[in-house]
Amino acid sequence: MKITFPHMGNMDIVLKALLSELGHEVITPPPITKKTLSLGVQYSPEFACLPLKVNIGNFIEAVEKGADTVIMAGGIGPCRFGYYNQVQREILKDMGVQLNMVVLEPPDQHIGELLKRLRLITGSNSWWKLIKAIRFSYEKCLALDAIEKEASRLRCRELQRGDVDKVYRQGRKAIDQARSVKEVRKKQEEYIQAMQALPLDWHKKVVKIGMVGEIYTLLEPTASGYMEKHLGYLGAEVDRSLYLSEWVNEHLFKGLLSVKGHKETRKLAKPYLSCVVGGHGQESIGGAIEYAHKGFDGVIQVGPLTCMPEIVAQSIMPLIEKDYGLPVLTIYTDEQTGEAGLITRLEAFIDMLERKKLAIRQIDI
Amino acid sequence: MDTAKDALFLGVDVGSVSTNLVLVDKEGQVHEALYLRTQGRPLETVLKGMKKLAELYQNDQIQGVGTTGSARNLAAIVVGADVIKNEITAHAVAASTLVPGVRTILEIGGQDSKLIIMKDGVVTDFSMNTVCAAGTGSFLDQQASRLQIPIEDFGKLAVDAKHPVRIAGRCSVFAESDMIHKQQMGHSLEDIIGGLCEALVRNFLNNLGKGKKIEPPIVFQGGVAANIGMCKAFEKELGHVVKVPKYHKVMGAVGAALLASEAVVQRGGNSNFKGFTVAEQPFRAHSWECSDCPNLCEIIELKESESILARWGDRCGKWTNSLPAFSEVSKSVEVEATTPS
Repeated sequence: MKITFPHMGNMDIVLKALLSELGHEVITPPPITKKTLSLGVQYSPEFACLPLKVNIGNFIEAVEKGADTVIMAGGIGPCRFGYYNQVQREILKDMGVQLNMVVLEPPDQHIGELLKRLRLITGSNSWWKLIKAIRFSYEKCLALDAIEKEASRLRCRELQRGDVDKVYRQGRKAIDQARSVKEVRKKQEEYIQAMQALPLDWHKKVVKIGMVGEIYTLLEPTASGYMEKHLGYLGAEVDRSLYLSEWVNEHLFKGLLSVKGHKETRKLAKPYLSCVVGGHGQESIGGAIEYAHKGFDGVIQVGPLTCMPEIVAQSIMPLIEKDYGLPVLTIYTDEQTGEAGLITRLEAFIDMLERKKLAIRQIDI
Repeated sequence: MDTAKDALFLGVDVGSVSTNLVLVDKEGQVHEALYLRTQGRPLETVLKGMKKLAELYQNDQIQGVGTTGSARNLAAIVVGADVIKNEITAHAVAASTLVPGVRTILEIGGQDSKLIIMKDGVVTDFSMNTVCAAGTGSFLDQQASRLQIPIEDFGKLAVDAKHPVRIAGRCSVFAESDMIHKQQMGHSLEDIIGGLCEALVRNFLNNLGKGKKIEPPIVFQGGVAANIGMCKAFEKELGHVVKVPKYHKVMGAVGAALLASEAVVQRGGNSNFKGFTVAEQPFRAHSWECSDCPNLCEIIELKESESILARWGDRCGKWTNSLPAFSEVSKSVEVEATTPS
């Protein structure tokens, strides 16, 4: 069995670690490129959102490399992502692509359900070995999130353009190659220190921007037009309301670990949006409020075009803007790779926040 | 000539439809405004504009240069800009300087439209259209030429409308077929054009005005502001007077010039301005597809005679970084230039 999976940010390293530990041959799809996107767009329904299209592209390219089984997340609730695995299965079938699909649905009640589903790919491994593999890969997940977080925080301060990303890429590679939990932790520490040791301008006055929105566009840089990187280059410190390790802990481990969850976030959203609208609609609202509490200068909401949960959240954002005095910019992404328009908006948003800050400071004096 | 008195700042706004060059003094007074058609050749048009200015002004009068618009990076390299700014900031700065106290800016250009909300001279909210060609200048242009009416007369006809017909404004394709249908039904040209203006205003406010409080004073700028029909339609819909500044067509360039004056002061008075002689230089831009990875980025290279001035378009930075670093400004050019388009 040659297993592959779709790309989503740093998830490739995590899944590779998990599956390799279980003794599977893993085929990581080639990085998302224009070719991936063209393939995905060609074979997907036009009105499907970007994640589905990129996934299809990933699958096709992985099959070209010899994959025969794919692990795909499922979902419950109103977001249509939940049935994308079924749609994808049909698309691949119509194309005549031979690919087994193993769907991981989040457990309804108990973590045991997930383990049962995983059994399909765990084969003859013992439970003990499985748990060990999960722990090892989760450790990688935490480490990757930690270095990514640091990169987003420091990118705006680098004196030499590209330094932070260089260290980040090296760190990603080192964590990918780490063979034990201890080594993973060591690499995480090492690369965070390396990042902090770069020539950085610690006195630079920066604007702080929080990113909220749909999980795929938040986690996968190609899906948001490298928004975090651009914001950093434009002089903004960036934080995301969602990281992979948090999502895994919350949805797959049912909050077993003491990693930050979104229970509080959803509670904050309640006065504005009291029910689940699927995807991360509620979290987007709550996340924006959290950033307002933390004193961030602005929030960017990002989602794939036609994403229903984000549209619901977007229509509520003006209220948040008013109640908390927090500017929110909503950006939808799709197949387009022309980033000039995106940068114009991001730059204008940062300009606005900077000038606002300056005006407040002048009034103080 | 007293050069100190004549210290001017050059603003260049290279948009999809028009390329504007203005000269502004320290007080924000506009001394010269050129409005040229880009016609898909931004580089040549900027050089043409520079040539025109060179006939009237001396190099040492120019204390600073700013560029804006969709081709701002290209223009910045050619003229040697001190500041490169997005259109939204440039328009806001110009409007708040020329129309003190402005709260709302409506801007409709050739390819996009913007709504900017200001408070105490600072932008507090903005939106820019993302998904729609209806509601832009190009669409009006296209309809005017389809009806064989000079675009200058388009607005005047709209004002004469007795009963503007309702045109679907959501999408330019629907709008056009709706207009054709209404023509066949026998509605007067004035009523149809009046209806079109109202549809475009509806489209603008539906797309950009969501959740935003539009308060007077309202300024309407951009090329389309010349269209009286559109102004009247905005006034009817918003219930407030809509002001059109004298230099409404070139506000982006004015903003860029004003931002340049700020930037130069901050930097201690030095400008990167290359001089009007750039108009004589043989600039050449050409592109190729990099096939080193499946991204197949389109690389653009700008040359002055035989020396390479800049490269951009590559996602990985391989080509962009293959050049020695320039001054501060051109570094920031690279930042934006590393993004493919």
